[in-house]
Amino acid sequence: MIPDKALIMSGYGINSEMETQEVLARAGMDSDIVHINDLIDKKQRLSDYRLLVFPGGFSYGDDTGAGNAFANRVRNNLWDDLTEFLNGDNLVLGICNGFQILANLGLVPAFNKQFKRDIALMPNHKGVLECRYVTLKPTADNIWTKGIDKIVCPVSHGEGNFSCSKETLAKLQSKKMIAFTYCKDDMKSANGEYPFNPNGSTADIAGITSENGKVLAMMPHPERAMDFVNLYDWTLQKEKMKRQGIKVPTESLNMKLFRNIVNYFS
Amino acid sequence: MAYVHRIEIRYKADPRLKVRTDRIRSLGIPIEELHLVDIYTISTVSKDFTQDELREIGLQLSNPVVQKFTVDEATQAYFDTAIEVGFLPGVTDNVGTTARQTIEDFTNRKFEPGEAVYTSHLYFVCGKLTPDVLNTLTSTLANPLVNRVHVKTRQEYGTSGMDRVVPFVELHELPTAEPVDLSLEEQELIQIGKEGILDPVTGQRRGPLALDLAQLHAIRDYFKAIGRIPTDVEIESLAQTWSEHCKHTIFASAMDEDVPKGLYKTFIQAATNKIRAEKGDKDICLSVFSDNSGGIIFDDEYLVTHKVETHNSPSALDPFGGALTGIVGVNRDTIGFGLGAKPCINIYGFCVGDPDTNPVLFRGKDQSNPILTPRRILDGVVAGVGVGGNCSGIPTPQGFVWFDDRYCGKPLVFAGTVGVMPRKNADRNLYEKQARPGDRIVVIGGRVGKDGIHGATFSSEALDPASPVTAVQIGDPITQKKVSDVIVKEARDKGLYTSITDNGAGGISCSVAEMAKECNGCHVVLDKVPLKYPGMAPWEIWISESQERMTLAVPPEKIDELMDLLGRREVEGTVIGTFTDTGRCVVEFNGTTVMDIELSFLHDGLPVKHLKTSSSSPEASEPVPGCPENLGDTLKTMLHRKNICSKEFISIQYDHTVQGGHVLGPVQGIGRVQGVATLTKVVASSKKGVGLSQSLFPSYSEIDSYRMAIACIDTAIRGLIAIGVPLESIAILDNFCWCSSDEPERLDQLKAAVRGCYDGATGFMTPFISGKDSMFNDFSGFDADNNRVRVSVPPTLLISSIGVHPDVTKAVSLDAKIEGDLVYLIGETREELGGSEYFVQICGANSAAGTVPHIEIPAVKARYEKLTHAILHDLVASAFPVTHGGLAVALAKVAIAGRLGMDITIPGDGRSDLLLFSETLGRFVVTIAPDNKRPFERTMGPDAVLIGRVSGKNLQISGKKQILSVPVSELEAAYKKPFGGY
Repeated sequence: MIPDKALIMSGYGINSEMETQEVLARAGMDSDIVHINDLIDKKQRLSDYRLLVFPGGFSYGDDTGAGNAFANRVRNNLWDDLTEFLNGDNLVLGICNGFQILANLGLVPAFNKQFKRDIALMPNHKGVLECRYVTLKPTADNIWTKGIDKIVCPVSHGEGNFSCSKETLAKLQSKKMIAFTYCKDDMKSANGEYPFNPNGSTADIAGITSENGKVLAMMPHPERAMDFVNLYDWTLQKEKMKRQGIKVPTESLNMKLFRNIVNYFS
Repeated sequence: MAYVHRIEIRYKADPRLKVRTDRIRSLGIPIEELHLVDIYTISTVSKDFTQDELREIGLQLSNPVVQKFTVDEATQAYFDTAIEVGFLPGVTDNVGTTARQTIEDFTNRKFEPGEAVYTSHLYFVCGKLTPDVLNTLTSTLANPLVNRVHVKTRQEYGTSGMDRVVPFVELHELPTAEPVDLSLEEQELIQIGKEGILDPVTGQRRGPLALDLAQLHAIRDYFKAIGRIPTDVEIESLAQTWSEHCKHTIFASAMDEDVPKGLYKTFIQAATNKIRAEKGDKDICLSVFSDNSGGIIFDDEYLVTHKVETHNSPSALDPFGGALTGIVGVNRDTIGFGLGAKPCINIYGFCVGDPDTNPVLFRGKDQSNPILTPRRILDGVVAGVGVGGNCSGIPTPQGFVWFDDRYCGKPLVFAGTVGVMPRKNADRNLYEKQARPGDRIVVIGGRVGKDGIHGATFSSEALDPASPVTAVQIGDPITQKKVSDVIVKEARDKGLYTSITDNGAGGISCSVAEMAKECNGCHVVLDKVPLKYPGMAPWEIWISESQERMTLAVPPEKIDELMDLLGRREVEGTVIGTFTDTGRCVVEFNGTTVMDIELSFLHDGLPVKHLKTSSSSPEASEPVPGCPENLGDTLKTMLHRKNICSKEFISIQYDHTVQGGHVLGPVQGIGRVQGVATLTKVVASSKKGVGLSQSLFPSYSEIDSYRMAIACIDTAIRGLIAIGVPLESIAILDNFCWCSSDEPERLDQLKAAVRGCYDGATGFMTPFISGKDSMFNDFSGFDADNNRVRVSVPPTLLISSIGVHPDVTKAVSLDAKIEGDLVYLIGETREELGGSEYFVQICGANSAAGTVPHIEIPAVKARYEKLTHAILHDLVASAFPVTHGGLAVALAKVAIAGRLGMDITIPGDGRSDLLLFSETLGRFVVTIAPDNKRPFERTMGPDAVLIGRVSGKNLQISGKKQILSVPVSELEAAYKKPFGGY
């Protein structure tokens, strides 16, 4: 384990804190699951940590827009601690509901360190939650995506339909802030086609970073596919590997994303 | 005076517009477009908001990137009709609660009693609609039991828009307990039992007690003996505790001469006792029948629990709310197991009418109170279970839908939850609990309102015109998630309480009285119970089934620590009394004792019944349909049947990956076929996993309910065998959903089915660990011409299975894997098609005749053990049990899932169609790598018959000559078409 620790935010319907803790531990980073109210009450301090994770979940049941109510709670109570944290050499990761929270807080894209809402995760095109495995292509080379060829993991959200103005999109593209896009199984662009792009996201965007690259926000859940047996088609892959005499792996390639975090702090 | 403001929020370009519009149009309502505006109505008393504050609030409740809003101004748009749908007073408004919390946080000021935020939806309809069509649209958007609706034409809407409505609750119930004299004529007593106590203020009956004459006599005699008249609190409380729903009187009563101890003790419990004794130190049970769930060993460190509930009556009235409270309710059976298990897997099951039909039936005379269409019920229950599981962060991989028109009046909604917990913590066995005298009674979670009153007694009766409206509840999964987290992730391991149970049927009247058994007494002060709104009567507070509440027994020295923790997690907790050892259940309100009954009478005072059965099953001859000419087309027709085709639209709406344990999910293979079993890791550090499966055969029940039960048990077990779960690790659960259980003929079918449960469980050595029954699933109402109509569900038994997979990396999925693999049929096929999907397809639903499949359990058991051995030794590439639809359907599903053809020659020389579609039990289709042929055949012996290989693009089946050859792509299209548009 590296000496630096992660703070995994919990409370009000966030629900993926335990698997997030597990995946970080396997990658080599200790973490504490901290209830937001304990930060507000100053029982715990954000400044004791180097990585802040907003994990997946259904904070406030997605009421008033996914991630919005939790973002309001952060903004109305923890804003100073958070901006101080962002000024340090620290990382922030938001997955799924975490992305929705970060988007509503304006922590992504945060052009010129302006924390305002520039992007939105609208309801999925189909109007209901969609849970299925997707394939992601890294589209920028940054601390998070280093050495990753592809990610295969589940999405599970009702509001993941990435939306922004043309100007914002152009800036995201030119500044190489689009971290992951949805693609087909053969790594060709999904081109908006369902179900490869599961929600109707603009430009197939599945995840973006902040302008300075220290914040990653993504809708899919790599932490839910850390084991090889978590992959959708692992039984087929296993049969093929066995017949070819290839050793069947125990963990999935998605672990790389979390090892990149650990490497950053090492 | 109240200050009322209205914020209206809409998308600049709504991404759901097309889907929403298409869906409404697909229901036959010719709208052009349907736009949606979210409304927040903010009502305060002590302080008004400025327009600046309201604009800030609008910003916080919306997303300016994609939405815009107005404050106290009507949204302007092109439309023909505006329909606003809000909640009726007192109905749970989760979004309103969240909005209130956001405003409180932002303004740094708490709302006071009487102040609230109410949400509603405003629909703008483009398109000219006739009044009739408008009515249909309105009834699609709103349910009159929970919603209020206001409609305006464009002209009426004008520039001022809709009216500001505050659905405030005003109650004026009597704040006292009323004496109820039961020294009455029998007719009057019967009326009290069926329709409830006469309310002295309204002059109306309060809703069914579901107490029969003998029970009312027992109550009358008890109070006569102690020399006073009972109060309404006492009678309502007894009615809850003695309800069929809570006491399971039909399963507990003596039956005929040969079952003096009742069905439960004689067959269900006895089966488990026998199995446990025979298994000795290989017994897997830790806690059976006594707690909220059943618990079995997972490994040396952990245990897993399982429980399946039904929520049928509420789901008939409000499918969304009924199913939602069903799933979050059974989650609490997990949190309330032992000292609190963590919910880790949800399962579901829906039995509904065919959504393509539209039966015209009414609860009331003169075409009043129509039943909901099967489509609305299906849509509602699917959404309800989804919201419950998704918002709670519990994966929902496993479930089924079964269609039969006899479920149109009363759908069945099954909801189950698996939990996981350490077996020990600091030398305490976490699966045991014991409230002690002096412990405080603490209720945590949601507040109490009028919702759910008479739920327990209501579900013990057939649905009829007098079904109570207050039985409808809407769950609040986030409040419950907060309760769950604080219990299973914090308070449990700090040892802050000695006992815990869920508040389900009967509310605190049942939960407190149940826990009081552990220490022999309780004293409750009803005034302390936190209410949603003032003005409720004491009997209502005592029996209300308002959701999201747990009851704890807390030692006095731990109270402060618990309350501090609850406060920091924003979970409301209240001390409402003390557990005692007085042998009495005492309740006071407003300084007066309103209930004082001996616990022994409360729990064991109900009179013993003796039920009689009578056999009536007529001997019907075997149907003899002609053999279709083109069996390829017949196979496609079979795959198209709603009970066989893909219901993937449900699977993908349900998060089945949260908690990170997905191994085998609801759909498998690149062709995405729904499996019959799922496998989930529930302890990240362990290589073990939890396998789950379910089975039901309602179409067998009317022919032979004994064999029906055996079929359910075999199939539930076989699903797990197919993925590699060993038989010795499997436990099962029973859910009986019967009909007309006061009729001796129905009781006869029940007795046979329960006997089948005993023989099945003891034959396979799989213990029952939990069960539940719901005995009156009958609809009674009227057709359009005022003729009395009764629709009873087919006697339905759901068997759920749970087993521990020793090594999930050895698990097997159902899809054919690789061209050239060998295909085996495991188990012989006999002509057993009574009640089969094929006969129902060919002869119609009412052809209740023919040979129902049956098995010799010892032979099948040995076969299963051999297959487990083969799977765990990596000899098997895919395995799939042959169930509904028979061999041809199973082969088709294996081929579709792998998107690979198969060349099959089936043995036997009977009629091809009967061989293809017979539902003989105990069978699997298995594919293996050619290299494994010898070891596989050596392991399986004569049980495995090589029937072909994986090859080409077609499924080809031959007997003595070719029977059918169909491209797999056509089979896939047939399999996926029926619910393609959902």
